[in-house]
Amino acid sequence: MLGKKINHKLYSKQNTSVCFSEAILQKVQSIISHYPEGKQKSALLPLLHIAQEEFGGALNVDIMDYIASLLKIEPIEVYEVATFYTQYYLDSVGKYVIEVCRTSPCAICGGEDIQAYLEEKLNITNGETTADGLFTLKAVECLGACGYAPAMQINTEFYEFVTADKIDGILIELKEKSTEKKHDNLKWAQKYC
Amino acid sequence: MGTKILLENIDVPGIQSFEVFRSLGGYASVEKALKTMTPDEVTDEVKKSGLRGRGGAGFPTGMKWSFIDKKALKPRYLICNADESEPGTFKDRFLMEKIPHRLIEGMICSSYALGASKAFIYVRGEFKYIIGILNKAIKEAYNNGFLGKNILGTTFSLDIYVHPGAGAYICGEETALIESLEGKRGNPRIKPPFPASIGLYDCPTVINNVETLANTGFIVSKGGEHYAKIGIGKSSGTKLISACGNINKPGVYEIELGLPVEDFIYADNYCGGIKDSLALKAVVAGGSSVPILPKKLILQTVTGEKRLMTYESMAAGGFVSGTMLGSGGFIVYDENTCIVRNTWNFTRFYHHESCGQCSPCREGTGWMKKILYRIENGLGKMKDIDLLVSIANKIEGNTICPLGDAAAWPVASAIRHFRDEFEFHIKFPEIVKNVKHGSIQKYLVQAQ
Repeated sequence: MLGKKINHKLYSKQNTSVCFSEAILQKVQSIISHYPEGKQKSALLPLLHIAQEEFGGALNVDIMDYIASLLKIEPIEVYEVATFYTQYYLDSVGKYVIEVCRTSPCAICGGEDIQAYLEEKLNITNGETTADGLFTLKAVECLGACGYAPAMQINTEFYEFVTADKIDGILIELKEKSTEKKHDNLKWAQKYC
Repeated sequence: MGTKILLENIDVPGIQSFEVFRSLGGYASVEKALKTMTPDEVTDEVKKSGLRGRGGAGFPTGMKWSFIDKKALKPRYLICNADESEPGTFKDRFLMEKIPHRLIEGMICSSYALGASKAFIYVRGEFKYIIGILNKAIKEAYNNGFLGKNILGTTFSLDIYVHPGAGAYICGEETALIESLEGKRGNPRIKPPFPASIGLYDCPTVINNVETLANTGFIVSKGGEHYAKIGIGKSSGTKLISACGNINKPGVYEIELGLPVEDFIYADNYCGGIKDSLALKAVVAGGSSVPILPKKLILQTVTGEKRLMTYESMAAGGFVSGTMLGSGGFIVYDENTCIVRNTWNFTRFYHHESCGQCSPCREGTGWMKKILYRIENGLGKMKDIDLLVSIANKIEGNTICPLGDAAAWPVASAIRHFRDEFEFHIKFPEIVKNVKHGSIQKYLVQAQ
């Protein structure tokens, strides 16, 4: 296999220039200040949330290297974290990531049917994105909304006691919203981290 | 019965705000502790209260605090574990959303007792809106002089920061949480050393669940002895129970420990009975990790006593016929539930969430998932049942953290109590193929 190019997302450096705006860099400094001196690596999780949101919904090697340089840590320290946590996406995703809970409390209240309905309705399977780039469907484990089952989360928003009818309405609403310019709810990480 | 500590006043309009919370007696405990008590006196009150960790393990909180290394010349930290991700559990989210100042108040008292000048709230990544609610509450506390430098004019200073997780069940384990807070993968550490001596940034650290910390304000205000009188025996106080599954009234309930399980399931002011007037089949009483119990054993212990919502009564009979109160994630299953499918579902969860450090857990959960999947889909063999038990036994106790045990117990207990259902799946593959939740029961009855 020697000499063969390795085809893996962690080896796909594009050398594009990645940079936060001045306002976000200030936010970054404020987050780092939460942690003791020399422990700036603690800011890695919040920073990855911000970066993912800022740079199109997913992470790539260029973005991760940039975060490493901001925190003065080795790139591998970022890669190993980004590949560990399920909320960091290394593949591109749609504008709206629909996460349907499939763990027991939701499953026994119809969560499996909700997943099937979404797959049929959007014509994609678990993990795929619609051709128009609007929706990515992910079947996920427990969202912590067991008492309001079946539950799903779209970006930052929880949707509870979900039914097929409700899904129809939600999808129409999001499609309409996607043409508007404002997407305040997408910027949660900057607001809250 | 019926005492409310944590959820008292949650229906008062505006209780999320500092002003309303304060006007109803909020933060009085901080004034009392900082102005009239020494840190050790606060710890003593918590010891007297008998408060036990509400995250699942039930370890006495006061004792945990007393282990903190006060001789080390290092900063001490308090971490609030808000990484609530045990399937069936959604109480901490409810508490933080409805009455966030209850937690902030408790954290100030607790930090004072521990001598911590910095505290973190580690919130699971999915609860993004909770981060906003908490940050607003923290800001209000700063503005009113309850956080920051020289709180209420005393020498005590405290900063609280909210830290977001990113979707990893394992980070609810305290040492994995510390790793994650340090910006690393959530791989649990080997204990000892315990966080009380070497924790966050190698400094003495105490990690408590949201509900545990939220109780400390009340304990400081009313005294440990008062708290100890609520509840029964060593299960003092109240407990938030997250009720879900096939019941009429799912939601978060604050119960006084000692309530009979039967009342909790059937009383109108709690779960309100089983949905669609179906029969109760089984209950997972303390979050997905604890052993599942069939109807007969969840309502009564094997000696014929009423089973109560207490640490002791839930555990009566050991794992042969008992379970655990755990995190209070109370999942109720009706007669139509397919236990094999449900066990496969839980095992898939644990396989997904295993951090991969210890091979018994990393590999074993995957093997169990595959075997359960083939039994569920009509491809199982009779010897698979004992194979599952054997794998579960080999995971249990052989891993760094309790996730291995948590993955093994649901499988072992499901086979212990519902072996006939596993055998049925293997004997009648044509029937179980393509049958999902909700339709297995009639076939089971026919077979019997």
